Amino acid sequence: MRRAPATVDSLSMTASAAAVASVRDVSKTFGARKALNGVSVEVGAGEMVALIGPSGSGKSTLLRSITGLQSIDGGKGVIEVFGEVVQKNGRTTGQCRSARQKLGMIFQQFNLVGRLSLFSNVMLGALGRIPGWQGLLGVWPSADKQKAMAALHRVGVADYAAQRANTLSGGQQQRGAIARALVQGAKAILADEPVASLDPVSARKVMELLVELNKRDGLGVIVTLHQVDYAIRYCDRVIALKAGKIVYDGPSTGLDTKQLIDIYGPEFEDAFWEAKA
Amino acid sequence: MTDAVARPAAAIPNPPVKSMGAWVLDVLIWGGVAALLVYSFGPVELNHATRLFDPSESTRNFARELLRPDLTDWRLFVSKMWETIQIALWGTFLAVFAAIPMGLAAARNIAPVWVVTPVRWVMNLLRSIPDLVIGLLFVVAVGLGPLPGVLAIALNTAGVLAKLFSEAVESIDKGPVEGVRATGATKLHEIVWGVIPQVAPLWTSFALYRFESNSRSATVLGLIGAGGIGQVLFDRMNAFDFRDVSAIVIIVVVAVTLIDMLSQAMRKRLL
Repeated sequence: MRRAPATVDSLSMTASAAAVASVRDVSKTFGARKALNGVSVEVGAGEMVALIGPSGSGKSTLLRSITGLQSIDGGKGVIEVFGEVVQKNGRTTGQCRSARQKLGMIFQQFNLVGRLSLFSNVMLGALGRIPGWQGLLGVWPSADKQKAMAALHRVGVADYAAQRANTLSGGQQQRGAIARALVQGAKAILADEPVASLDPVSARKVMELLVELNKRDGLGVIVTLHQVDYAIRYCDRVIALKAGKIVYDGPSTGLDTKQLIDIYGPEFEDAFWEAKA
Repeated sequence: MTDAVARPAAAIPNPPVKSMGAWVLDVLIWGGVAALLVYSFGPVELNHATRLFDPSESTRNFARELLRPDLTDWRLFVSKMWETIQIALWGTFLAVFAAIPMGLAAARNIAPVWVVTPVRWVMNLLRSIPDLVIGLLFVVAVGLGPLPGVLAIALNTAGVLAKLFSEAVESIDKGPVEGVRATGATKLHEIVWGVIPQVAPLWTSFALYRFESNSRSATVLGLIGAGGIGQVLFDRMNAFDFRDVSAIVIIVVVAVTLIDMLSQAMRKRLL
């Protein structure tokens, strides 16, 4: 299932249609700062990948670029999702929306619509699939309503379906966001610091859910994490970014102290949340 | 740690002093305002203010009559007041209807610049023409009666509400909108599910507030023949029926106060 760690010759690698995301020579500049500097990486279907690196290393930018929420620099950089080009020449393409439907996005701040009920928020996952007018008026097909309740039940927050999202705790909201990705019928999940705003207990639950979706449902998962111990514990493959470049790409078991110092500097232990693994 | 010890007690800097330039600017601005006020004293005939305390026979008569309101025609007055409120109601409703698309199109975080700029021009134009002037134009176009009042209020309020609506949209949290976008939703879906739920309470509050002030504007609009209680007020004033004028004023004050209280109570529940 796992692919060989990407190296320089990944540039010549042809993207298989099954790849969740194929990023080739992508750069992104904010003002004078290069958030991504010629990044090439490929994530295959069914992989569970952690993106780590100090803050400002470009891991969130990479993730947001894959869903087209962030445009990349013009030039030769190309991003493909499930074989469809989503970004090219610094612009999102027309296929961007159909690619987004296949990717469930989880955010650090959950990004649920606070004044809508948890149920409505989860129903929004169907927007990309159902006819436009139905989505506009909120006329959800009853099969999708069943699907939403099943998803809420699966992540363990079905009891709160009728409550406004902003009345729920962070952990409950994040699980709601995962339910939204399930209703979406996503084939892969991109999670941008999904546990950074949560307490450790909720954080573990959310990570375990992601692992379950990966192992049981075969969804590809790419997750950015501040916490190296979480990356090592929950993910098989780790990609480390530093100043917009990939400095490590390989099995999470291959990360040793020398490499961590390389990535985070001598205070690398600060990047562990709980005890050092 | 050794900072405080190692560094010999440096001289404490003096408190900041206002620069010469800032002083000159202050003097220019306040001096200018004062000069303008003095210059305008004559043209507005403020020197005639003493007339207020040296009333003529007609003023005395006017004041006497005002203190004895004549409520015999109250049915007519109340029904005309109701007409005024209806003018405000429809005027505000039509304005909200127009302000929703304009407010979204004028928000920089939703619409591209080439849409925002022209829409803002239209909004500014609508707001800059007083409703009395628009009302006069409509009286000429569609004749006397409540309709020109409704149209005048609708146009002016549309400009005001569109501006308030767009400012509300510009201050939303973009997270939920991205959340909706990431599901593969269209732009329209993003607005309906990501933007509108965030601004709905504020928009409703703005609309109610404008309804309050429009019921006052609608009264004034009657003076130019645009229907409602204002028209009756103007007629009775011209006929020197000051006791009727007094009754009408009482009814207007009571009605507008009631609307204010009602709408304030509703707005409080929303926010």
